Amino acid sequence: MKKHIKNRNVAIIGIGQTTLSSHKEDQNQVEMVSEAVRNALADANMTLDDIDCIVHGNMELFEMQFQPDMWHALGCGSYGKDEYRITTGGTVGATLVCASDSLVASGQYDTVLCLGFEKLQEGNTTGGITNMADPLWFRNLQTGALTSTTATEMIKEFGKERVLRAAMKYRIMIDKHAMLNERAHRRLGLEYDQLETLMETSPQLVGELRLIHMCSQSDGACAMILTNEDRVKKGTAKPPVWIRDHETSHRGENMSNLYGAKKPKSTHRDCAEKLFKRNGIENPLEYFDVFEMYDPSAYWGLDWLREFLLLKDDEVLNLMEAGEFDMDGKLPVNPSGGVIASNPIGATAMLRPAEAALQIRGDAGGHQIKKEVRHALASGFGGTLWTVMLMLEKELNW
Amino acid sequence: MATKRVAICAVAQHKNEPDLWYRRFQNMLLDVLEDLQGQTGFKYGEGGVEMIVSTSDDFFDARTISNNGVTDVIGGQYLAEEKMAQEGLNAIGYANAIILSGHKDLVLIMGHCKESQGESRNMITNCGFDPFYGRATGLDYLNAAGLQARAYMKKSGLTDDQMAEIVVRSRQWAAKNPYANAQEAIPAGKVKSSPMLCDPIRQLHAYPVSDGAVGLLLASEERAKEFTDKPVWITGFANCMDTFFFGDRDLTSNFALKNATEKACRKAGIQDLKKAADVVEVMDCYAYQQPMWMEGLGFCGDGEGARFIAEGGPGKHRVNLSGGTLAGNPLIIAGLYRAAEATLQLQGGAGDRQVPDAKCAVAHSTNGPAGQFHSVLILEA
Repeated sequence: MKKHIKNRNVAIIGIGQTTLSSHKEDQNQVEMVSEAVRNALADANMTLDDIDCIVHGNMELFEMQFQPDMWHALGCGSYGKDEYRITTGGTVGATLVCASDSLVASGQYDTVLCLGFEKLQEGNTTGGITNMADPLWFRNLQTGALTSTTATEMIKEFGKERVLRAAMKYRIMIDKHAMLNERAHRRLGLEYDQLETLMETSPQLVGELRLIHMCSQSDGACAMILTNEDRVKKGTAKPPVWIRDHETSHRGENMSNLYGAKKPKSTHRDCAEKLFKRNGIENPLEYFDVFEMYDPSAYWGLDWLREFLLLKDDEVLNLMEAGEFDMDGKLPVNPSGGVIASNPIGATAMLRPAEAALQIRGDAGGHQIKKEVRHALASGFGGTLWTVMLMLEKELNW
Repeated sequence: MATKRVAICAVAQHKNEPDLWYRRFQNMLLDVLEDLQGQTGFKYGEGGVEMIVSTSDDFFDARTISNNGVTDVIGGQYLAEEKMAQEGLNAIGYANAIILSGHKDLVLIMGHCKESQGESRNMITNCGFDPFYGRATGLDYLNAAGLQARAYMKKSGLTDDQMAEIVVRSRQWAAKNPYANAQEAIPAGKVKSSPMLCDPIRQLHAYPVSDGAVGLLLASEERAKEFTDKPVWITGFANCMDTFFFGDRDLTSNFALKNATEKACRKAGIQDLKKAADVVEVMDCYAYQQPMWMEGLGFCGDGEGARFIAEGGPGKHRVNLSGGTLAGNPLIIAGLYRAAEATLQLQGGAGDRQVPDAKCAVAHSTNGPAGQFHSVLILEA
């Protein structure tokens, strides 16, 4: 097997999530963060004494909390320990897992706990995202994360009827998955026979993007514990999930990327090509058993699947129409309900590898895939189309 | 392939200025980047730099995901770029780990901050307190430092005269540092008569508002020689977090700094940092912090910082020959400036400030209110 050699191998041995909700008013930020950390420690059957380093992340301007890791020292257990705060926008949760992988693999730390959180209820999410744009050139054109550019482009490519139906089918599929996940925030109980009604009645946000297509704003946190191969050999409470490799591809918001006549290459495809080439994956659709994807809207979910899986022409629509991304399909996508169901932004991209790892462990409860999961893919999205991808494995066989 | 050690190959600094209203931070970073490329000739992409760690802050830039505004300028197009969202010295610790892990063999670090863009630093750091208690009582990093300064003066006997002396010395060295902000020589009397900002901290005891940018190129041992014949080795890095509420900590205990120092020294295999270090760069945002952090780094005993100043400790141990943070660096990248100066000293490139035959240097930074978090980097030639 082609492989990416690390200084030492790293496994996920603890996963903790809070419940995900639009209003976690019974907790302040510190208490919410603490819930995820305590759940991760309990999952790994560890105490804070076993943790060498904490890696913390979110977006400061969503809660308007400057350097939140200082206050959160009370909830995340960083007192007396090494701590890093690393951020990359919506991708931050996935970046924290990649960073923890590097920190452990380096030998600088044996066991690292990473923590992503957001309490979007406490801020103005779309206002916050709009503030991302350059104040001189782009801010007055910004609509936060709400855009129908992808819908328009797909319609131009495949025809309106087919794209609208496929996107709504994707949306209903995701809700069916969320219904199986008791932690998920939005569980609406949608049925496929509502497809045509929803296409007409869901309020339009921008162009063809309707309210039902869009992800939620949630409160929640996720924590994961990563350790090295030697520590895993001493025994772990739950089966270890190995991080085989990860890659990141970012893109700036310059004029040619935003307004150029030629559509620039997507970071999803760029990132996937690099990662799969390095690891000798020729057909990702065949290789992976599950894909937890950061899908902020139904159109993006659909469009990005073809980029991540390196699909050609209308393959993605064919697969969608044939139900191959369902729980019992060829490649189940977001059994957890994904981002459309739950989106505490700083935690969202960590929930992807967390949920993928639960699938490998066979621990996902109601939304566990029936067939064995040995190879899992997880992705994060943030900023102006930044992408992080992680490959998780059941067996350490490289 | 994994490497055994990591080198800083080159550093580039933008001159610290009080108010670069006519320059965007993107321009400042571009200058720094071109300087670094001129020194090393590094390329981006496969076989070159594939990983960038930036440092900036959403509040100071008034932009959500502040690194989004610099991704293209620092060369992050279709490459990995992540932001160290705390003081930038930690970016060096993180980049060191990335290279040691075998994930990438080159890392570019690019930090920027324009403090002049904000209405007030205190308004920003007030948001560093919890919204329930701390923020409502008007706490910010300045008056947190005031509380700590008063407690430390009581413990160590540090006087107003000594704090003035620390500032006067900072300016004398800053005059020799082409990158320093406050280079004007000032007499002690002027320090002592400067307006009281937050008792006992006077205006000239506090670091001036500054705009700046810093870049560094880090490489694995195997690749360092492609970029420099004077690699500076990272031999120890650690940081440490103290608890948050002031009532839960002894503000003069140096708990986090002592802990970080001990861990960094253990990694570097150093028994006595005081003997090993030829050059020390501490992040002294306020005058009282220089002796206090020197205590934490182990250069004098607990509560002996005032005596350390009285006995000429800063001169003897070559503390802050750059002028230190007292001469002006932005809060978010003050530690990156410390590391840049330490690197120049070990490369023999520190000009009029050069310590002959410097072999080992310490760079320090702090983050959060009243030194809640400290980072220590040990570099060797």
